[in-house]
Formats: sequence, structure tokens, C-alpha cells
Amino acid sequence: MELAITLFLFCAIVATAIAITTIRSLFAVVMLSGVISLLSALLFVLMDAVDVAFTEAAVGAGISTVLMLGTIALTSRTQKDIKRNNLIPLAVIILTGLVLIDGTLDMPSFGAPDSPAQTHVGAAYIARTADEIHIPNIVTAVLASYRGYDTLGEVTVVFTAGLGVVLLLGGMGARSRKRRQEEEG
Amino acid sequence: MKYHLILRVVTRLLVGPILLYGLYVQFHGDFGPGGGFQAGVIFAVAFILYGIVFGLRDLRNRFPDRVIHQLFALGVLIYAGTGFVSVFLGANFLDYNVLAEKGYEGQHLGIIAVELGVGIAVFAVMLAIYYAFAARPPRIDDKDW
Repeated sequence: MELAITLFLFCAIVATAIAITTIRSLFAVVMLSGVISLLSALLFVLMDAVDVAFTEAAVGAGISTVLMLGTIALTSRTQKDIKRNNLIPLAVIILTGLVLIDGTLDMPSFGAPDSPAQTHVGAAYIARTADEIHIPNIVTAVLASYRGYDTLGEVTVVFTAGLGVVLLLGGMGARSRKRRQEEEG
Repeated sequence: MKYHLILRVVTRLLVGPILLYGLYVQFHGDFGPGGGFQAGVIFAVAFILYGIVFGLRDLRNRFPDRVIHQLFALGVLIYAGTGFVSVFLGANFLDYNVLAEKGYEGQHLGIIAVELGVGIAVFAVMLAIYYAFAARPPRIDDKDW
């Protein structure tokens, strides 16, 4: 049953991706990429990665769809026709895809107990969280406590990204414009 | 969006529960899926929904840029500040065991504090990015959608 649902979700993602390549209306493309995010969130739920699914649904389907719509509102609603030859890009994509598939063949199968992810510190976190931190969600324990430095770095990255967008796209502009107006008159 | 009655009514109904859900995800992150990052995003989504339906100007008047810019610094400060509190109490940076009498109680406090920092920072940054995009004058007419 689980295999059938997984296969169905993967097929739906591929079908949506193919639909995206054929549609010219960018509004529909943005909506379909939101659909892809939701479908992959479902896949993550199937893999028991609920935290990741949560993030994917909130960020992928929520915020980025809104930001893409904002971008469309500033640019154009339909894709321009491409007159160029598409064969070389297609060949590059197929080649890259084959290399990636070849790469996955060497990976341990999903959830295998002897995979590197299960045999190093992961087991220690699972064994120690109940004793040391007393909270049921091990993901939170790892993110906020055992790997607190990493998360501090991530928050700093988010902070820097926000700062960059504000400085580049002129969130500060309103204030400096007001100041300029005050200076002029 | 002056004439979209259904959108306006539904938005009014939805904004409250979304904010509540954001708070739930924020403070229930120790026990269920979720945490500061997801909660910040969900909290920001409620504001963005309000901004889309009732107009960015309205939202910006209630929640000005200056406040948001201070909030994203505040989030990082809360996180790093928690680290420094444990340093001043004589432990390593971000070692929460010293924050309370028992080690695991300190861990609980520390995790809640840093998750709050993450939540505030992510919320403010998402909203700032939305403001930066949506504040530019659009070229598309409202009825083209």
C-alpha cells in the first residue's frame, strides 16, 4: 500500500513538472509549482519526516508561491516564445539525469540500518535525548540543543538574507525618501 | 481588492486561527513536529494574507518597516543572548544545563528561548521580503488575474 502511494505521488510530481514545461501562462506555472511542493510534502510524511514536510508545505507552497506571484506582478504574465533549438539543453538535461540516477544506485536503500546516517551519532542522539533533555521530539532536541551552533548559524543566514533583500530592493527606501523630502522642504 | 467580498470575509475568519496555529507550532515544537522556523513562516503567512486582501498600505501602517527591521535583529539577539547567559553562568556557549537547577529543566528553558529567537527572526525576515517585493508598483491591472 505504501509503495503504491509513493509511486502515485512520484508519478503526480513528474506529471506536474511536464505540465509546467508546456504551459505558457506564468500564473498557472506558479500554482503548479505550489502543487509540486505540496506533493513532495506528502512524500516526506510517508517517509516519516514530518518536520521537513511541515517546512516544505509552509515555505514551498506558501511563502514562495506568494513571492513568485509578487514577481509576476512586477514583470510579465506570459512566457515569451523561444525560437532557438532546444536539442542541446535537452541532451544536457538527460545526461545530468542519467548521472544522478547512476549516483543513487550506490546509495544505501531507504531506512537501511547499516547506512552511515544510522550508524554514527544518530543512534547516540536517539539513546540520549530521553535521558538528557526529556522531550519526545528528537528533531527539536538535535536542532536546538545538540546542534545549537549550527542553528545559530542558520538564523544568522536568514538574518543576512533579510538584510540583503531590504538593502537591495529598497525597504529602507521609504525612510530615506522621506528624509530627502524633509531636507528639501 | 475592494470588491472581493468573499475573500475579505474569509480572510477575517482565517487570520486569527492562523496566528493561533503559529503560536501552537512555536511552543509545541518540543512535543510534536514544528518549531521556530515553521512557526515564524506560518505567523508571517497570516500577515501576508491580510496584506494581500486588505492592501499593503493598511498592513504597513499597522506594522511599519522600522519595527520589522528591529524584530529580525531581536530574533538573532535572543538566540545568541541565550548562549551568552549560559557563558556567564559558567558553562560553555549554548550549554543550557546551567539555566535551571536540574539539567533537563535548563534544556527545556534553553530550547524554548532559542526557538523563540528563531521564530521572531524568521517571521520578520519573511515579512520584510514580502514588503520589499509587494511595495513596488505593479504593472498588471487588478482584473487581469
